Amino acid sequence: MQEFIWLLPTLPLLSFLSLAITGGSLSKRAVAALGAGSIGVAFLVAAFIAVEFLNSEEEVFVYQAWVWMSVGSFSPGFTFYLDGLSLVMILIITGVGFLIHLYSTGFMFDDPSYSRFFSYMNLFVAAMLMLVLADNLVLLYLGWEGVGLCSYLLIGFWYENPANGYAARKAFVVTRVGDTSMAIGLFLLFRELGTLNIQDLMTAAQSEWQIGTGMAVACSLLLLGGAVGKSAQLPLQAWLPDAMAGPTPISALIHAATMVTAGVYLIARTHILFELAPSVQLLVACVGLATLLMAGFTAMTQHDIKRILAYSTISQIGYMFLGLGVGAWSASVFHLMTHAFFKALLFLAAGTVIYSLHHEHDIFKMGGKRKQLPIAFASFMVGSLALAAFPFTSGYFSKDEILVVAYAAGGSGVWLWAGGVFGAFLTGIYSFRLVFVVFFGASQGHHDEKEKTGFAMATPLFILMVLSLVGGWIQIPVESVFNHGQPHEEHHVSALIHGIMIAVPLFGIAVSYLFFVSGALSVEKLMSYKFSKTLHRFWFSGWAMDAFYKHLLISPFMWLSRVNRNDFFDTLYNSVITISRFANGLLVRTQTGYIGWYLISMAAGLIAVLAVGVYL
Amino acid sequence: METIPTEHGLILAGILFVLGLIGVLTRRNIVFVLMSLEIMLNASGLAFIVAAARWGHAEGQIMFLMILTLAAAEVAVGLGLIIQMYRKFQTVDISVLSEMKG
Repeated sequence: MQEFIWLLPTLPLLSFLSLAITGGSLSKRAVAALGAGSIGVAFLVAAFIAVEFLNSEEEVFVYQAWVWMSVGSFSPGFTFYLDGLSLVMILIITGVGFLIHLYSTGFMFDDPSYSRFFSYMNLFVAAMLMLVLADNLVLLYLGWEGVGLCSYLLIGFWYENPANGYAARKAFVVTRVGDTSMAIGLFLLFRELGTLNIQDLMTAAQSEWQIGTGMAVACSLLLLGGAVGKSAQLPLQAWLPDAMAGPTPISALIHAATMVTAGVYLIARTHILFELAPSVQLLVACVGLATLLMAGFTAMTQHDIKRILAYSTISQIGYMFLGLGVGAWSASVFHLMTHAFFKALLFLAAGTVIYSLHHEHDIFKMGGKRKQLPIAFASFMVGSLALAAFPFTSGYFSKDEILVVAYAAGGSGVWLWAGGVFGAFLTGIYSFRLVFVVFFGASQGHHDEKEKTGFAMATPLFILMVLSLVGGWIQIPVESVFNHGQPHEEHHVSALIHGIMIAVPLFGIAVSYLFFVSGALSVEKLMSYKFSKTLHRFWFSGWAMDAFYKHLLISPFMWLSRVNRNDFFDTLYNSVITISRFANGLLVRTQTGYIGWYLISMAAGLIAVLAVGVYL
Repeated sequence: METIPTEHGLILAGILFVLGLIGVLTRRNIVFVLMSLEIMLNASGLAFIVAAARWGHAEGQIMFLMILTLAAAEVAVGLGLIIQMYRKFQTVDISVLSEMKG
């Protein structure tokens, strides 16, 4: 069964091709069957592969479909590399991906571009599977750019609204900054080590570079740049909140569960390189910590239900980066998986709320919706509990693992741990602020709408609810990938530390309860201080990052282009045009249409030629 | 026998050619332009005859016969065009026909 691994990217790709070629002429039922069915079959294939892989003694399975190109010693192939890490990833992508496709068949049913939507979605899944299965960085880069393209296409899916097109371009341009850095990293790695096969690369790096070598630092920094762009971490996080302009299933699939975690996957995949550069690894942790705190503060102030979830995604990926930075590789991948479950659940539930309330996004115009939207309420409850790391939900186990490793690392790890715990406090506040404002209290509008969930939309919610609750007990087979034969290190911390980590999110939920349900604390009172108003404005704008970039990059660029409106270099080329135009004008005058004039010029020319002939 | 000097024949041919050219350049009636063209053709024919007499070869005279045939054909085509032109524009003034200017 394992040799059928090539089917995984091929199935969605074929479905994409048939949807793209038929161009919307298929019936909606056929489109749904093809679009969601192909992912479902891919999930079945992945599940069979997983069973066989886990039962076999082998830790790695490599399948070469064909050689892509061959130039000298450089011959990257369409080679699929299956180990514990990529196995986890393909199961998440096809599994969660299938649930979201199923949900979309209901959610997007009224959309006129139904077929286009599913073709993009399938292309995305194909590219994402290519990314995680690639055995060399060139193929990985192909998938990397493929998912970026699909992200662009799907953010701008409702292209009639110019704001959506702007959001799509913003996402594309900002991630391009990271991608360029990553491409340079690839070039550098190839020049230094002569290969781009990931495993060969890791072996070569280990044998040729000392810990902390400049080259190792440079390469891992450049790869980190790519990861930061794709995973929306500081300082390239600005695109993700705007990416919410796309349809909600897109936000669930691309901007929460899979694509934005590609950066985490990249670092986990090349973790040996990062271990060779401890300073960069520490930087990864600091980036993660700064991002998770910044996004946590921002999420507390947003009104738009999807933007809250977007900032929460940024924040949770910050946890993954924090975990990667302290060497908690498997814990980070574990958090990636549980996050895929509960964040997909939250986004799909948010989609249900938005869909049922006629595209209402503002949480303060909802209120008291728990009777009106029971399935969405249950999903939000479960999802938010997991997000806030409520004990024994899936998010608790993964976040706990990351923070324990950070604490046990000692030194600066304690500070990272403290920051992470404070972030968990913020997570408790903002996630339950959303729940309390939307589902509790008095109704603030939309009193009569019924919940619109068919079978196709409710089933994924129930499955994801179960996964969010029990996903923490899943054992992911990544130890062999990260431990290199050494026995697993158990991190033991005192019961007090565990107690703090359990109590802090609960404390956050309680604070949120006091503010938004019992009314013991009032937001209005808090807002009456000038200082808190300023702080609120600052956080609401996402720490003024957009304004910062506007002043740092956009304004100087606009100024330069205004100054150079008549492009200096163009004058050279324009002068060629001007001169030819002028000469042409002169010659046109000679063409008068009078025969006499033509004859005179002919005779004059003849005389001139004769004169030249006679006198020279 | 007293022969006419070659120079005289050539000068006559030159004068005839220039007269014809001036006619072509200055006349506005297309019939006169055609006649002036005939004069130019005959001037060049005269030059051929003179040259043939000077070198004692027959090619010049053969060339003149060719020019004669050519002139006849040319007049046939030219007059045909003139008739067409007159039918279409009701004029034989060539300065009126200047639509092909740039």
